[in-house]
Amino acid sequence: MKYEYWMACLKGIASSKKMLLRKRVKTAEDLYYIEETELRKFEFLNEKERNTIQQARKHRNLGAEYEEMVRKGIRFIPWFSEKYPKRLKEIPDYPYALYVKGNLPEEETRRAAVIGARRCSPYGEKYAVEFARTLAGLGVEIISGMARGIDGMGHRGALLGGGRTYAVLGCGVDVCYPKEHIGLYVDILEQGGGILSEFPPGTAPLAQHFPARNRIISGLADAVLVMEAGRKSGSLITVDMALEQGRDVYALPGPVNSPLSDGCNRLIRQGAGILLSPEALAEEWGLGGKDVQLRENVSGKKEGKNEKVLETKEKLVYSCLGLYPKGVDQVAAETNLDIKAVMELLVTLELEGYIREISKNQYIIARC
Amino acid sequence: MSFSTILSAAIDGLGVELVRVEADVSNGLPVFHMVGYLSSEVKEAGERVRTAIRNSGFDYPAKRTIVNLSPATLRKRGASFDLPIAVAIMVSLGQVSPEAAQGCLITGELGLDGRVRKVPGVLPIVMEGKQNGVTRFIVPGENKAEGSLVKGVEVIGAGSLKEVVSILSGEWVPEKREESEITDDWDETLPDFADIRGQENVKRAAEIAVAGGHNLLMIGPPGSGKSMTAKCIAGILPPPDMEESLEITKIYSVLGMLDEKSPLIRKRPFREVHHTATRAALIGGGLVPRPGEISLAHGGVLFLDELPEFRKSVIEVLRQPLEEKSVQISRTYGNYRFPADFMLVAAMNPCPCGCYPDMKKCTCTPAQIHMYLSRISRPFLDRIDLCVEARRVEYRHLADERKGECSAVIRKRVCCAREIQIKRYTGTKMTTNSMLQGKDIQKYCTLGKKEHALMEQAFKVMGLTARAYHRIIKTARTIADLEGEERIRERHLKEALGYRAVDEKFWQR
Repeated sequence: MKYEYWMACLKGIASSKKMLLRKRVKTAEDLYYIEETELRKFEFLNEKERNTIQQARKHRNLGAEYEEMVRKGIRFIPWFSEKYPKRLKEIPDYPYALYVKGNLPEEETRRAAVIGARRCSPYGEKYAVEFARTLAGLGVEIISGMARGIDGMGHRGALLGGGRTYAVLGCGVDVCYPKEHIGLYVDILEQGGGILSEFPPGTAPLAQHFPARNRIISGLADAVLVMEAGRKSGSLITVDMALEQGRDVYALPGPVNSPLSDGCNRLIRQGAGILLSPEALAEEWGLGGKDVQLRENVSGKKEGKNEKVLETKEKLVYSCLGLYPKGVDQVAAETNLDIKAVMELLVTLELEGYIREISKNQYIIARC
Repeated sequence: MSFSTILSAAIDGLGVELVRVEADVSNGLPVFHMVGYLSSEVKEAGERVRTAIRNSGFDYPAKRTIVNLSPATLRKRGASFDLPIAVAIMVSLGQVSPEAAQGCLITGELGLDGRVRKVPGVLPIVMEGKQNGVTRFIVPGENKAEGSLVKGVEVIGAGSLKEVVSILSGEWVPEKREESEITDDWDETLPDFADIRGQENVKRAAEIAVAGGHNLLMIGPPGSGKSMTAKCIAGILPPPDMEESLEITKIYSVLGMLDEKSPLIRKRPFREVHHTATRAALIGGGLVPRPGEISLAHGGVLFLDELPEFRKSVIEVLRQPLEEKSVQISRTYGNYRFPADFMLVAAMNPCPCGCYPDMKKCTCTPAQIHMYLSRISRPFLDRIDLCVEARRVEYRHLADERKGECSAVIRKRVCCAREIQIKRYTGTKMTTNSMLQGKDIQKYCTLGKKEHALMEQAFKVMGLTARAYHRIIKTARTIADLEGEERIRERHLKEALGYRAVDEKFWQR
């Protein structure tokens, strides 16, 4: 296996060429010990690539590196392995090998990728959580990239829904990027999910890795849900790949004046599925049986919370807030109350859990 | 008579040391010798003094002159010894009677023509002299008003060496100064809160902060009037009492920053520091330590605009003075403690572009925002009691003809609240709610059952820390004082919670 690992780690050779090469030699070990003249017979390799192989062969410490990886609990799944995800193999240019920490996605279950921009609004964050939570609760596995913003929220939502979720990274699986998602990283593994990457352990998160990573996200999933994407968002690259791979694409509609939802709205115009509610999506996917129960649960909980009747003034303040943040004096101007009273009401609502303060004196509603 | 002594004084840090200027004129080779641990500007006094004596029309015979400044262990700096040295020599020469100069403290710089020029630190010198039983002072004419702030002593202003001699010999009696009544003058030139459109929450936060002496942080996009608000704060500060006034004036006196005509500072200082300031400029320092901006802001407001742009090490040095209300500076020439009891007002943008959390406009990446915010350390934030968000001014505010509340009205409320605090804390070292600590909080800020329940809920929901909890109680105490309410009510706590300082949530996104 250590020779296979060595071959997978070869840099500068496209995975398609590696696969060709691997088909021509019997095992990776043969390639390691191959004669120069033999190597020249592989006409698809150019001078540079031959040199790469020659150079890499001088590397003596194969066993130690492989064992180090195993010791870290990282599994190595090359393309010819039985465990290699079948859906991923359907896509053009599937990765030569996957490195996995934790589990691989189940073959039988439905999977959805929750994607979106790193720079997102509370609106996008909220619905990323909502959709991921509901779907995960129905047994759908959530795939995303563990990036800041929507990605992280998608994973969070799936964890809240008690489901399994898989993060595809643009760096080695033993590298937590971004750092602040270390909590998420641990939680994903703890709840039976997995961290995946096509890059060998220890690889740094370089910018050029991410578009490649995106094809795996969509490749692993049956459907791609875009929560929030600007007109030039990287998420749209993922969408293009998803379409090439024949995946369903859904987008969450947003306000027409929000540049953060512009990409999503355009996707809908181009014919992407529209995300109206997690329940509607579940119904579309035929996840009916459990669904009814869940919906009752959700609404039951809501009614329970709403039992505490808000006072008129509190209602007034609450009704002028939304999912896009508003400042105190803005609320004061809209409600015509004086600033002292508004502050008091906002704090009351915050303490009751109706609204959230997302930045200093900037409030959004906590649930719809 | 060949030997004489004249009393003078040296400034050391912000303190004053009385110095004896001794002169001895005897027969011998005509040399002029000065001793007594002198810096070069004091040594140069020899040339000035001899020339000034001659140019004032007095005789300066070719004799051996020795001048000693005692105590010899104290480093003497500055030009304020010119005049006492000149007088001491003239007493030794017999041109002034020794009795006349006895018990008189003299300070002043001399010009070559015999004119007396102003010197820094006259007020503290007169104050120190009075404490040591000196009743008569001769100071430069330009510093007379300043010295006269001290009651019960005779302060004479002199314009030239000739005048000094005639005063000492009793030929010329300076007219008595008219006692001018010090009035609480309201400075019309200060920006007024009435001129700020909208921004009701910022105004309110400023009022609370000033009323309780709390430190305030304003967060908002560029053009939201943060700097303007800060300048208005100067206009709602309660007037300092006489004791405080003198204390502030003393600092400015030592730095030579007083107005000649009306030297007494009746307004609390407002110091705005640019973010390129160095540590020494801010807290004081230099080879011979001089007070920095925080001491100049003593009793008033220190305003730091664009807080994250300050070098981190500069902000960090503020931590100790914020806690101890004074700053200790140690240098080769000694250790100095300068007063630094100021209210900190800081302003910053929420992100590098200033628009966060309005994601429709903000162009910053989360990493950039994080980097920007992390320039301010947690321990520093722990010392800020109130935090408020300032919003960009909208057109409807500009078009609004109604004027807001003017500073004078707000100031009245602030003064009332301060009075309540002073009354409550008589017999303790504290004067404002912001000084409350630990045990005192429980003693002076008792909460009822309902209020305790509220704070418990807030503690859980908002994830407060123990420090944050105490800051909120202190702020609530001030809000209650503004209302004249004896007990802290739920509404006070809620408002204080709304203005609570930013917490981890925003800082570790």
